[in-house]
Order: sequence, then C-alpha cells, then structure tokens
Amino acid sequence: MDNQRRKFLKIAGISALAGIGAPALAKLTSTSAFAAAQEGHTAAAGAAHGATEQSGIQLGMVIDMRKFIEKPEMLDRAIAACARVHNVPEFPPEKKKSEIKWIWKTPFENAFTDQSQARLSTAVEHAQFPVLCNHCAEPACVKVCPTKATFKQKDNGIVAMDYHRCIGCRFCMAGCPYGARSFNWEDPRPYVKTYNPDFPTRMRGVVEKCNFCGERLALGLKPACVEACEGSGAMVFGDINDEKSEVRQVLAKEFTIQRNASAGTKPSVFYIV
Amino acid sequence: MYNKGTIIPGLIIFVLILTSPIWYNGLKAGDLPKPEAPMGVGKQCVLPVQEMRDTHMQLLNQWRDEVLRDDDRSTVVVNGKTYRKGLQMACMQCHTDKEKFCDTCHEYASVKPYCWDCHLTPKQAVSKKETH
Repeated sequence: MDNQRRKFLKIAGISALAGIGAPALAKLTSTSAFAAAQEGHTAAAGAAHGATEQSGIQLGMVIDMRKFIEKPEMLDRAIAACARVHNVPEFPPEKKKSEIKWIWKTPFENAFTDQSQARLSTAVEHAQFPVLCNHCAEPACVKVCPTKATFKQKDNGIVAMDYHRCIGCRFCMAGCPYGARSFNWEDPRPYVKTYNPDFPTRMRGVVEKCNFCGERLALGLKPACVEACEGSGAMVFGDINDEKSEVRQVLAKEFTIQRNASAGTKPSVFYIV
Repeated sequence: MYNKGTIIPGLIIFVLILTSPIWYNGLKAGDLPKPEAPMGVGKQCVLPVQEMRDTHMQLLNQWRDEVLRDDDRSTVVVNGKTYRKGLQMACMQCHTDKEKFCDTCHEYASVKPYCWDCHLTPKQAVSKKETH
C-alpha cells in the first residue's frame, strides 16, 4: 500500500510540473504573433530616427512663416476659408472652452514647445503661427481610438475622421501631442456663420479636426487654406514622400522644423521660420 | 381546471388589454404615408423605386463607408445622370423637402435616423447662405 501511494505522489508531482512548465517552454521557443508584432514595431520606431524612407503617398505641407510675417492678414483669410468650407463654428470669446479648431493661430512658444524660446527674433516672437492637424505618419490619436473612428487613409496618408463612429471618448485629444482636436461640448450649429450645403456640420459629443480637405482633393482642388494663400507660396501642399513634388523641392531647399518632433509621431507639416 | 371562473375571464381581459391599440385605432393601421416625389426631375433615382424603398438605408451606409473609410469619392452614373455619393450631395439635390419626403414614412414607422444631427436638410442649408 505504502509503495503505491509513493508512486502515485511521484506521478502527480511530475504531471503537475509538466503542466506548469509546458506553456512556459512553448512560449520561450516559439515566436508568437505578439512577439512578431513587437519586432515590426521596433522596425517602425527605427524609421522615426531616419533609418528607412517612408513609402506610399503622405500628404503634407510646408508653411513659410516669412510670408505670413509679411502678410498676417493672409492667415485670417486661410482660417476663414477653412471655416466656410467645413461649417466650422466660431464661438464668442466668453465660450472659449467650446472652441472648435481646424486651423488656428498660436505664438511660437505654444507651437514649438520643444524649441528654445530664448532670444527669439522680434518678428518670430510676435508672429502668429498657423497650426493644424499634422497628419502624422505615426499618429498617436489613431492608436488610442477605441472605435477606429479616426484612422489613417491608406491612399494619401490623411488622418481622417468618421464622425459616424466617434463615441466622444476624447482619448484622441489626450493622445494628440499638438492639441489639434476639438470636442463639441455643445451643438455647434448656432455658431456656424454660413453653411456649405455640400458638407455636414458636426453634432454635440464628437471630436473633430482638420481633414486636409479630403473632399476637395477628390475634386482636384487644393485645400481651402492653401487656396486662400495661392500665389504667395506661404503654404505648399503635396506628397512629402514623392521626390519630385513641389513640397519636396521646398523641403530640399529650405531648413524646416516640425512641431514636437520628439513625440515620434512623424508630423507631416513643416515650418520655415 | 381549478378556478375556471376567474382564470378564463382574466385571460380574456389580458388579451383585450394587449390588443387594445388595435381596437383603439378601429382595426386600421392609420393612413399610409405618401412621401412627396420630387417635382420636375423625372422619375429616375439611383435605383428602381421599390429597391430604394427597401434598401436606401443600406445604400446610404455603403456610400458613407466608401467615401469616408475608403476615400472612394467617385460619382455614380445612372442613365447618363451623374450623382455624387452623399446624402446632401445626391439625395437632397432632388428630394429637396426632407419634411415631405423622408419624414412622412419615418414618422409613420417610428424610425428615428440620426442623419440630421450632422447633415443639413435643404431648408437648413439655405438658412445660412454665403452672402458674397
């Protein structure tokens, strides 16, 4: 009897060890989907430091601040054009909390928080910089969206919004390092000045932002803000992955900076200061 | 059966209460809605009338997904007429009166689509027109 019990305990012990050990062994030896994904990720992170060139179309923009400093009213025109085309509401100053921003003005110190603000030139110190969604190559907002309401468009690299799917959780607003997203705290319609009958408004409870005028690009038009600065060269728009594009020519010629490049989202809007 | 005297009248009363809306409306389902067809643009739509009646909601969702998610903003050509994909850009161009077209059936069927939370009805669209 004693012998049998001893045998039973031995078998039970070995089985228990095998049972606990086997999954660990399987995990150690095989490359799981997660591990593969991780590897892919590090490769992508490497690209952030200029290791590999991006492929596919990535629409982007170069903003020449020298032109905007020269003609500050051009920026007002660009902002107005955007609001008109996209039914963007304009809230009175006492309702700044509800403000909706697609393209807006901000001083250097707010636009370029990671740049030195010591001893700026007078012109830059007093300039209003146009800021908008950077349509990042690695957008943080897309990663955090739980419903895929915001996503990267494959054919042109625009970070697009599907308002039908937005549940208003505002994760994207927390994720975006540029503050380029606005939440509709209230019904925006009473504050929309003129309606563009071809474009919807938004409703209370969704997040919105610049869409790089996806609907205008489809018609062969330039984005509304770029069109408003037409001829001045203050805003140059195009595919930043295409060496022959106009934007790339400008990027090759001029020294440009990006907003908060250290966030690693690879923003597609460049500034000549 | 025990308590036959109370159960059977009770059941009858229950069924009567359950079906009361039918009796209240005099065995009729109310006047059938008559959505007003658009004037002066012919009888043609992107799909035959019956198909539109049955599946316009699927078509709208399909258009929405194509335009927004796949960035396929191509136009739809039916019998030589070109339509842009979109509620405001296609449907309401002919059906210029949402109240007399969409709402008639939706109200009858107690359907409350949320299209107009964001999309502008033709009336709203002209209410704040560009001045220049």
